[in-house]
Amino acid sequence: MNDWSRAVSGFTIAGGGGRTVESDETLLFEEDGAGRCGVDLPDAPKVTDRLGGLRREGRIGLPGLSEPQIVRHYTRLSQKNYAIDTGIYPLGSCTMKHNPRLNEKMARLPGFADLHPLQPMATVQGALELMDTLAHWLKTITGLPAVALSPAAGAHGEMCGMMAIKAALEARGEKRVRVLVPESAHGTNPATAAACGYAIDPIPADARGRVDLAALKAKLGDDVAAIMLTNPNTCGLFEDQSPQIAEAVHAAGAYFYLDGANLNALLGRVRPGDLGIDCMHINLHKTFSTPHGGGGPGSGPVAMAASLAPYAPLPWLVHNAQGFRLIEDAKDEAAHALGRIKAFHGQMGMFVRALAFMMSHGGDGMARLSGDAVLNANYLLASLKDVMSPSFAGAAMHEVLFDDRFLGDTGVTTLDFAKALIDEGYHPMTMYFPLVVHGALLVEPTENESKASLDRFIASMRHLAARAANREADFFHGAPHNAPRRRLDEVAAARKPILRWRPETKADAAQ
Amino acid sequence: MRYLPLTDDDRRDMLAVIGAASVDDLFNDVPAAVRLKRPLDLPKGQGELEIDRAFTAMAAKNLSAGAGPFFLGAGAYRHHVPAAVDALIQRGEFLTSYTPYQPEIAQGTLQALFEFQTQVALITDMDVANASMYDGATAAAEAVMMANRITRRKRAVVSGNLHPHYRQAIETYGRFNGFETVLKPTDAIAELIAAIDASTSCVVVQNPGFFGGVQDYSPLAAHCQSVGALLVIAVTEIVSLGLVKPPGAMGADIVVAEGQSLGNSLEFGGPYLGLFATREKFMRQMPGRLAGQTVDTEGRRGFVLTLSAREQHIRREKATSNICTNSGLCALAFSIHLALLGEIGFQRLAELNHAHAVQLAERLTAIPGVTMLNDSFFNEFTLRLPKPAALVVDELAKRKILAGVPVSRLLPARADFADLLLVAATELTSDADMAALEAGLREVLS
Ligand SMILES: Cc1ncc(COP(=O)(O)O)c(C=O)c1O
Repeated sequence: MNDWSRAVSGFTIAGGGGRTVESDETLLFEEDGAGRCGVDLPDAPKVTDRLGGLRREGRIGLPGLSEPQIVRHYTRLSQKNYAIDTGIYPLGSCTMKHNPRLNEKMARLPGFADLHPLQPMATVQGALELMDTLAHWLKTITGLPAVALSPAAGAHGEMCGMMAIKAALEARGEKRVRVLVPESAHGTNPATAAACGYAIDPIPADARGRVDLAALKAKLGDDVAAIMLTNPNTCGLFEDQSPQIAEAVHAAGAYFYLDGANLNALLGRVRPGDLGIDCMHINLHKTFSTPHGGGGPGSGPVAMAASLAPYAPLPWLVHNAQGFRLIEDAKDEAAHALGRIKAFHGQMGMFVRALAFMMSHGGDGMARLSGDAVLNANYLLASLKDVMSPSFAGAAMHEVLFDDRFLGDTGVTTLDFAKALIDEGYHPMTMYFPLVVHGALLVEPTENESKASLDRFIASMRHLAARAANREADFFHGAPHNAPRRRLDEVAAARKPILRWRPETKADAAQ
Repeated sequence: MRYLPLTDDDRRDMLAVIGAASVDDLFNDVPAAVRLKRPLDLPKGQGELEIDRAFTAMAAKNLSAGAGPFFLGAGAYRHHVPAAVDALIQRGEFLTSYTPYQPEIAQGTLQALFEFQTQVALITDMDVANASMYDGATAAAEAVMMANRITRRKRAVVSGNLHPHYRQAIETYGRFNGFETVLKPTDAIAELIAAIDASTSCVVVQNPGFFGGVQDYSPLAAHCQSVGALLVIAVTEIVSLGLVKPPGAMGADIVVAEGQSLGNSLEFGGPYLGLFATREKFMRQMPGRLAGQTVDTEGRRGFVLTLSAREQHIRREKATSNICTNSGLCALAFSIHLALLGEIGFQRLAELNHAHAVQLAERLTAIPGVTMLNDSFFNEFTLRLPKPAALVVDELAKRKILAGVPVSRLLPARADFADLLLVAATELTSDADMAALEAGLREVLS
């Protein structure tokens, strides 16, 4: 039996109500009962209000529910989700690793969670020490001398890095307009460069799935501000010409931005700084296990070479004999800081979790971690290459890219294959990304899967590949059969968007 | 290592299947010159016990907000979060799932986001809201870029009553994105109107303002509309909307807000959650994710991420924003807290915050030499002290009273603001807390 159906039968027993996860869950708004409240609050003292006559009028429209109703609602909703806690989550590029509960506990210590960002600095020395320690680990792991902690996620880190590059160019009195982005890049790379006012110039991949060095060199010129490269790249391959790329890029007066989303493969084995990069973001919510939470929050610190460090965004964290201090203004040593990119100092809750994770593995354990991640990926590759079509020859790093050649003319698409995997009890891999191969299936197991777990997953994948080869297209087109929902009509959702509940929706339905 | 399931036997067997001699051999694509040949110069791995000890010791070096009387606000507020909120968001099915890319097995997250969007639209009195941004400040910067796209103009007028961090985030985005930010050091509507010209894409104001005052921006909205500019209203204390006329009713085109007050603790400044709401007609210009309602092949209601043709993974350099990961779990916490409160609780909570602030203002303005800047306020106001506010705050912190935010912390260049103190009260502020602050202030100022 597979993970998903095991989970389902588990609910059947525990819930007692039968097909819990498959039943409809009403919206909060449809459970509404006027007069209920799930929080008992004291009466407000009687005062003369100071609202300047701006009292809100009329009903807001929020539903009234008691605590037991709310707890049941969200518990039932949660049961409709797949999660790392329920099974392998092989989303390539996303590094869905185990989220240790120790980290949750540490982040909730009142000495971290119950601190206001603008308390006097003398009252938050422990928090600043934690940030400084995290920065030290990140600098040591990346081999770069500075780190900006405030970016809120990977894309925000990209923005921070590209802003620093633009600031450095401006300081040189140069206005460069183009940014080179490999075709295999994540969508945030071109989106970020565009948001920073740059034109995107795509670079093709070579037959080995790496950046085409000759094409890259041909595109370099004195109007190129930077290259944004992911390494290992989104095909799961090490960009082995990185040192030559760095040399060529620097010779042209441009900067080398590294998208560090795939740092998991390099921990303790390659310090990206040694590849000659100028800056990189680190997704604490991938590499360092802070939970994804159904879409966030993340944290995307940016490690910088000395070439860019003077431009790092505010605040800066410094320390001397008196202790730790935040520099919050662009003056003195921070005179060239590029400014502030969000409120306050960064995703503290994520810093605590990430540091707890790093210290658990230790400096000595990082290479074992990356080794297991890469071993697991290569084991999948070796166990599936005869029935699927790996896009590139040779060893993979932490993730494996397949394309849809193995589906041939079976009538089964990458999407169908992914949906059928749901019936096997698994979250699908990343589909149709990267864009450099047809019908991509990008699989990333992480270091947290046991061999037994991988063997079950491999068996399911082989089973599906065999059914596809057997031309059972109808079966695939109907998948998933055993999930809380069958395939959803995304075209209708986009054509006539319903983005919120409205009372009339209910009235219409009743008519 | 407790997080790694592979045994040495497993590794050996797996290497045999792969046909590699060692794990190191799997890294043969990495040029030898860049391979790290020694362990990282960092401490060795530790067990739970050691980590717990080390972190508890670091945490103990901080004065936590709950340790004594506490009055800080300025964009981050300490509220009581019901116990059910944290219990529910820690369910592994919410905590350890990814962005809902596979809707068939992510209905929990998707429905919760749909409900969240509805709640945000209701309390702001707007048509639609997205599934969250990083925080209020980045939401404000994204709002300006959206206004620039809609109006095809590139100049934002920013009120002096907008949180300085929000204004600075807008300025930074503007410097690199290529739009102009004009700060008017006032919140007087007539002066803001005077700053609007034909190239103005939007005016950004905050309500309640950074200094605490509440104001009706309807006249500004009407003017903006008449000249083709958009009005962006920021809200840093979302609880205010239980009591104060909402931005939608004032005619805002875009509402951005910090949602931390509901469901989320102070966390030393993050992670928080940006709220983003707008009018239906601007829906397709919004940044960020959107959950939408649809049906499955059996006709059953279900939810999906929608209008993704705006987003970076489809649109790449033409996307409305580069945002990908957002503040999902913080949004869930917000939504659960607001669901528990409901209509009645949300209004009662706001009443309680306001009443405590009124009581606190009465006590503190009775102190000789202390005056109040505000005519009106919700749960936060600005006092003028007879001494530099930063000194007073440091002095009181030594007595374990966290008295408020000196305005100079955020606006250090304004020498004329050195004696201004921002003071906030919430439902957590007790009579004893107020008495302690009053007594402490009297002592320090005497
Ligand atoms: C290769 C790559 N780059 C950038 C990002 C963006 O990171 P985030 O989602 O944290 O903004 C991602 C994650 O989705 C990614 O996989």
